[in-house]
Amino acid sequence: MIRRVPAVLVACALALAACSTSPTTSGAAASADRTFVVATAGEPDTLNPVLNYGVDGASLIFDGLVARDAGNALVPGLAAALPTVSPDGKTVTATLRDGIAFHDGSPLTSADVVFTYQAILDPKVDSVIRSDLEMLASVTAPDPKTVVFTLKYAYAPFLQRLALGIVPAAALQGTDVNQADFNRKPIGTGPYKVESWTPGDKLVLAANDTYFGGKPANAKVVVAFVADDNVRAQRMRAGEFDAAELAPKLAAGFDSVGGYQVHRVDSADYRGVMLPMGNPVTGDLAVRKALNAAVDRTAMIGGVLGGAGEPAYGPVPPTSEFAEPAAAGRPAADAVAATAALDAGGWAAGGDGIRAKGGQRAAFTLMYPATDSLRKELALAVTADAKKVGIEIKPEGLTWDAIDTRISQDALLMGFGTPYDPDFTSYKLFSSQFAGQGYFNPGHYKSPVVDKALQDGRDLADPAARKAAYSSFQKQLATDLPWLFLAYLKHTYVVKDAVNGVQPRVEAHEHDVANSIWWNINTWKRK
Amino acid sequence: MSRRFAGAGRVVRRRLLVAVPILVLTSIGMFALGAASPIDPAKQYAGSAAFTANPEVLAQIRANWGVDDPLPVQYLRWIGNLLRGDLGWSTSRHEPVASVIAARAGWTLLVVSLALAIVLLASLLLGALAAYRRNGIFDRTLRAAAYAVEAMPVFWIGLASIAVFALALGWLPAGGLTDVTASGTGFGDVAHHLVLPVLVLAISQAPWFVLFVRDGVADSLRDDHVLAARARGLPGRTILFGHALRTALLPFLTLIGTHLPELVGGAILVETVFSLPGLGGVTVQAALGSDFPLLAAITLLTTAAVLTANLATDLAYAAADPRIRLDA
Repeated sequence: MIRRVPAVLVACALALAACSTSPTTSGAAASADRTFVVATAGEPDTLNPVLNYGVDGASLIFDGLVARDAGNALVPGLAAALPTVSPDGKTVTATLRDGIAFHDGSPLTSADVVFTYQAILDPKVDSVIRSDLEMLASVTAPDPKTVVFTLKYAYAPFLQRLALGIVPAAALQGTDVNQADFNRKPIGTGPYKVESWTPGDKLVLAANDTYFGGKPANAKVVVAFVADDNVRAQRMRAGEFDAAELAPKLAAGFDSVGGYQVHRVDSADYRGVMLPMGNPVTGDLAVRKALNAAVDRTAMIGGVLGGAGEPAYGPVPPTSEFAEPAAAGRPAADAVAATAALDAGGWAAGGDGIRAKGGQRAAFTLMYPATDSLRKELALAVTADAKKVGIEIKPEGLTWDAIDTRISQDALLMGFGTPYDPDFTSYKLFSSQFAGQGYFNPGHYKSPVVDKALQDGRDLADPAARKAAYSSFQKQLATDLPWLFLAYLKHTYVVKDAVNGVQPRVEAHEHDVANSIWWNINTWKRK
Repeated sequence: MSRRFAGAGRVVRRRLLVAVPILVLTSIGMFALGAASPIDPAKQYAGSAAFTANPEVLAQIRANWGVDDPLPVQYLRWIGNLLRGDLGWSTSRHEPVASVIAARAGWTLLVVSLALAIVLLASLLLGALAAYRRNGIFDRTLRAAAYAVEAMPVFWIGLASIAVFALALGWLPAGGLTDVTASGTGFGDVAHHLVLPVLVLAISQAPWFVLFVRDGVADSLRDDHVLAARARGLPGRTILFGHALRTALLPFLTLIGTHLPELVGGAILVETVFSLPGLGGVTVQAALGSDFPLLAAITLLTTAAVLTANLATDLAYAAADPRIRLDA
């Protein structure tokens, strides 16, 4: 009896195996050379743009009214030309291209565009990108080819918000968008149709031969979701992937391996220390100046980031047309300047090596999210650099829930950034009207100059006037130093040499299936 | 044989009656723990958009989900839906809980049961052989290996096996359930991909079982009835497998029951290392994201599995030991 137990278990297991596997073939080997396999850790939660999938375009499955070229400049997408803006800036009109169809063959009309934007504004829809469209009063379709957006106020970068993918109204009308099957098996207009999505494993995309931008150069794209960095690197090394995103230090291992190319792609994703104004130490400009001079950004990029970064001095990335070179500082530590700032501010050297002023020691807590090892290492690097000039930092790894309760008093290692328009995150992060609102301006930074510059940047349509406004914004931040900006990250990818057509562009923080180095994979070929 | 199982039906019925309050208490405990958790599910749902979304948007999402309602209200709503067969909506996976489990539980079960089968077969065979020639070369080698493996973390064994068998030798795939370019889950393809994960899980769990069998058999080889069998001149193989192993098996059955949770824990790590779409990854994700509907369903499923395993162990015990009577 007993000796039979394992046999019974084996039988159960085999029966189970038989049930769980469908009798489909695993072929596709014949078309392997026309299939591209890419790997990433970032698996989207949903494939519906309304619920925050690929909202900045390049989503492979959908198209927006506008798209972005290799330099991130806006080009017409589903719209026949870039949408026009009325002189008062409050009416934006787009005309659709002729003859565009969704993957199911149904024609694209302006009703689909209206449905997409209205769904995001609908409070019943759990869309986290609703605040991105808070300027939008209504969207209407006067005829099947025309879409009119009416804004509550003039919003200069509004066209940047139109890269959002358009969904077919017929597939979603009358359903609960939050729980629709569409979110897992979507229908778009983009270069690829979704063939299957096995969450936790892979997304299989098949070429849309009638894509308006031209038939894709390959037949199939497989996006493998491999959460663990080391596993992804090993599978890349085993030759399973054509391209994979890897952590900088793992990617560097491929520099010396033949057959692979390592791409270090600029991003607008910055890391820095938010210094609250209400804290008696970080609230003192002399301390902030000393910290800004004391940190060794070069060492951080070489050590912590494995070379995959650029020094940061402000929230506008150096790759942006709005970047103000005058706001940049020195990448290496400058102990002399740091000491001079502390001396001038009245922070005298104390007996324990830590400076003090009127009984207040130059000591503060620096919080970082405990699960983010990159922010932890940056926090430790800042701590070590500050110690050298007599400022004591107590780094503390916490959960976000613990951070939330202390965010107005304690410094925090934060990260933000988008390459598309300086208004996008900076307006809320540095305007005084958002002081103390969640993660917007938690340090209660208040500057009339910055407030005006950010408002001008949003109100004024003239590109030169906007550039001037953001230049004044960056210079004022460099003077007040409400943040200690450390570095812009670079996203690192390993791509097989045999792949032709890779064209990296500056990336946003969010990069998974959409908006990664494979944003133009529909033009990739094998050499 | 049939007399031994007299009363088995009653035992099953009694266990089922006990299982209901246990499951209810487990689910209440789940919800109470959830209420104590400071994690905001809306922020988890938003991901990095939580940092750019207005607080009102997140509040609206919480209101849509009713997660700010008092705990008893949420619990009763959940129970009500459960009784109507609706396990709820997973806020971390963005799909119905039922489909998360349907799509993934099978793979976890498959990996766990295959690994368990291999562990059982291997540990019975190797443990008994080692005990038969106690302190011989084989015994010493096996014990040394068992202690060494016991000291290795599962994920390390996993990565090492990938390095050897996938990268260096190229015999087996490094991860995934099927070839990345495959369009379905063909039997051969899946089997090819499961060899490494199942073996890694089995090897990582084996030391306990092997050492247990070895000690148990070694002890029972000195029992009176085994000595008596020897004295009668029975062949060594009969004595080892028919007498000594059989006596040593009784406590071993209990070990399987109690070891099941650890096996599932190992499966979670193995699933992560080999990128298998099982329940392991989503459990972690659900816990981090305060996804109560999914956590509650997985907890209930696990509790039910452990209760079933205990019941099966007891029934097997009755089958193996003539002194045990279920109707007693």
